[in-house]
Amino acid sequence: MNEVKSVLIVGVGGQGTLLASRLLGNAMLRAGYDVKVSEVHGMSQRGGSVVTYVRYGKEVASPIIEEGGADYILAFEQLEAARFLPWLKPDGTIIVNTQCIDPMPVITGAAQYPENLIAKMEEKGVDVVAADALSLAEQAGSVKAVNVVLIGVMAKRMSLSKEDWMETIRATVPQKFIDMNLKAFELGYEN
Amino acid sequence: MKELLLGNEAVARGLYEAGVRLVSSYPGTPSTEITETAAKYGEIQCEWAPNEKVAVEVAAGASFAGARSFSAMKHVGLNVAADPFFTMSYIGVNGGMVIAVADDPGMHSSQNEQDSRNHAIAAKIPMLEPADSAECKEFTKLAYELSEQFDTPMALRLTTRISHSRSLVELCPRQELELKPYEKNPQKNVMLPAMAKIKHPLVEERTVKLTEWAEHSDINRIEMNDTSIGIITAGSCYQYAKEAMGDNASYLKLGMINPLPVDLIKKFAAQVDTLYVIEELDDIIETHCVKHGIPVIGKALFPRCGEFNQQMVRELLTKEKLPKKSLDIPIPVRPPVMCCGCPHRGLFYALKRAKVYVSGDIGCYTLGASAPLSMMDTCVCMGASVSALHGYNKMLGEKGEKKSVAVIGDSTFIHSGITGLIDIAYNSTNSVVIILDNSITGMTGHQQNPTTGYNITGDPATAVDLEALCKSVGIPRVRVCDPYDLKQTQQVIKEELEAEEPSVIISRRPCALLKYVKHKPSLVVDADKCIGCKACLGIGCPAISQRDGKAVIDHTQCVGCGVCEGLCPKQAIGSKEEN
Repeated sequence: MNEVKSVLIVGVGGQGTLLASRLLGNAMLRAGYDVKVSEVHGMSQRGGSVVTYVRYGKEVASPIIEEGGADYILAFEQLEAARFLPWLKPDGTIIVNTQCIDPMPVITGAAQYPENLIAKMEEKGVDVVAADALSLAEQAGSVKAVNVVLIGVMAKRMSLSKEDWMETIRATVPQKFIDMNLKAFELGYEN
Repeated sequence: MKELLLGNEAVARGLYEAGVRLVSSYPGTPSTEITETAAKYGEIQCEWAPNEKVAVEVAAGASFAGARSFSAMKHVGLNVAADPFFTMSYIGVNGGMVIAVADDPGMHSSQNEQDSRNHAIAAKIPMLEPADSAECKEFTKLAYELSEQFDTPMALRLTTRISHSRSLVELCPRQELELKPYEKNPQKNVMLPAMAKIKHPLVEERTVKLTEWAEHSDINRIEMNDTSIGIITAGSCYQYAKEAMGDNASYLKLGMINPLPVDLIKKFAAQVDTLYVIEELDDIIETHCVKHGIPVIGKALFPRCGEFNQQMVRELLTKEKLPKKSLDIPIPVRPPVMCCGCPHRGLFYALKRAKVYVSGDIGCYTLGASAPLSMMDTCVCMGASVSALHGYNKMLGEKGEKKSVAVIGDSTFIHSGITGLIDIAYNSTNSVVIILDNSITGMTGHQQNPTTGYNITGDPATAVDLEALCKSVGIPRVRVCDPYDLKQTQQVIKEELEAEEPSVIISRRPCALLKYVKHKPSLVVDADKCIGCKACLGIGCPAISQRDGKAVIDHTQCVGCGVCEGLCPKQAIGSKEEN
């Protein structure tokens, strides 16, 4: 593959987007690609809108993704999916966790949470894959596994084998969480 | 073996491989992970210092002792460390000494957007700037060679995008080095005016020699492609330019940004039709070119503010835009907030009830400035809450003193709040300083500090006794409250504002994200009792929202801190069993 692939991972600070980007980065490293991952640390991790970039291919220059540049968007929350939609390529795929988390301006009544976001994206001709990752994560044993469920949903649509993904999970997450995360991956993959 | 490392982790790997023996830093986004990672190598003695000035001085001492030493900080940290930074430039080194400074274009996590290259130029300290993790490691090692060869501290300039991006790094073994012998040499190491007068011309000579080095070093390299466009750039901007322009432009990629080469730039300029300088923040490279009569297009096209990306480069140089889709509806912003169970929330709510002027500081609690709490009047820099409150109260007298407080975290207080507190006692205002002691350095991601009782490796360490410290500098009233207990907190604030003496309130409760803090089950709202009055929304907890006119608590977020329970006039909030 000469072409560089770009995956945007977006969500709310604290949802575990960093582990998702590390899993994806490690999986693509295992597949022999040059990889760049750009993370967010610091203030925006405190419940703010967060975005992580993962890019892989023969040779990657920029670690970040521009508007109209993402092959996939992995969105941990609906409003964040809508916010970052302009980063998707016209023929790209956005994977959306159906969970909604009110941002503070909505909580304080200064703004409204827009309705039917997934339907609105589909009306625009966007390839949307919606998944209730929160329920699947709870089924796997922890609400914290939303990230690995979503990786599972995306992995199904990528070329890397399921076993490669599972090996990456084993090599990336702490020993005591391996089984729970493998289950979460499986639930996402088969969703 | 190749690993996918953060730029910061790669700098730490460079320290390990270069045989560095001592690292002393103060945490600051985006620089923090350098020191955290270095601490995992048993061969390097790592420390969290009380502030950046102390850190750089500790590193200077290790250099005097003959060791390779290091200190990392964020851009504003270099302001704090500027004093030793400038004079160590005159003194030079025994063991090599490197200072990494991480700038934050776009201000992801900072109060200003200053460009540290200005510090390097002003201090006449040579500065390298890597463009990916592999260069982070290589440039770190090179910096030690240059430091010892040219007898100078070196600066390594990072930016958020370099520090916090992962790319592939080849790992090499550590070079073990003996301590260089210490020889007493006051002419070199004691900066009295007589000695400094001799040293300054040597520093100027050093810059000339380093410029000559920069002309020929392979870290300043020309990549010739299409010659219609030439781009001079460094750091992450090089990656953006390559991504946007590929082989349609030629590049002069600078790895050393102070001092800058002259002949090399002239040589490159002669080979291209139109020459651009792509650099974030200030026009350092551009000004250098203009000074040497090389016409370039820089800030006339590219902005001085904010972070760049390949989209900006493409659109500004080629006018091409990638197609994209959007929903054409307003998307509410999602600013960062205090976490669920954050002990600062109760304290800020109590301040809101007290209707006081709040002199703020740098840390998680700066989020107290955001709606709905909106309880911060000023925030300047680390430690300024305390000293600025003294100045405010000095001017307003009782009108200020009875209606104002300073808020400062435990780590920030040790960093530079204590000096302001000494000023309050010494120069006498009846100011109320609240230390928000959450037993950790929070915003930068949980670093130990001198008040926590542990050091960087997690071993027990001497802990500052905050109560005794405040009393010993002359503060007669020191109170402690638990910010989860709103009534107690409000009462203590009221009493201390009324007191006729300076006072410190320690609002003490560990950060809810600390591993040892046990969370309670999520609270629930009894929908039959809830009247939809929104009182509970006033504390700005991200777990509480309203659906169909009733409050609801998100069980995936709530940690059961109970602060909201006391706000409900109908006792509708409680544990699952109660409701």
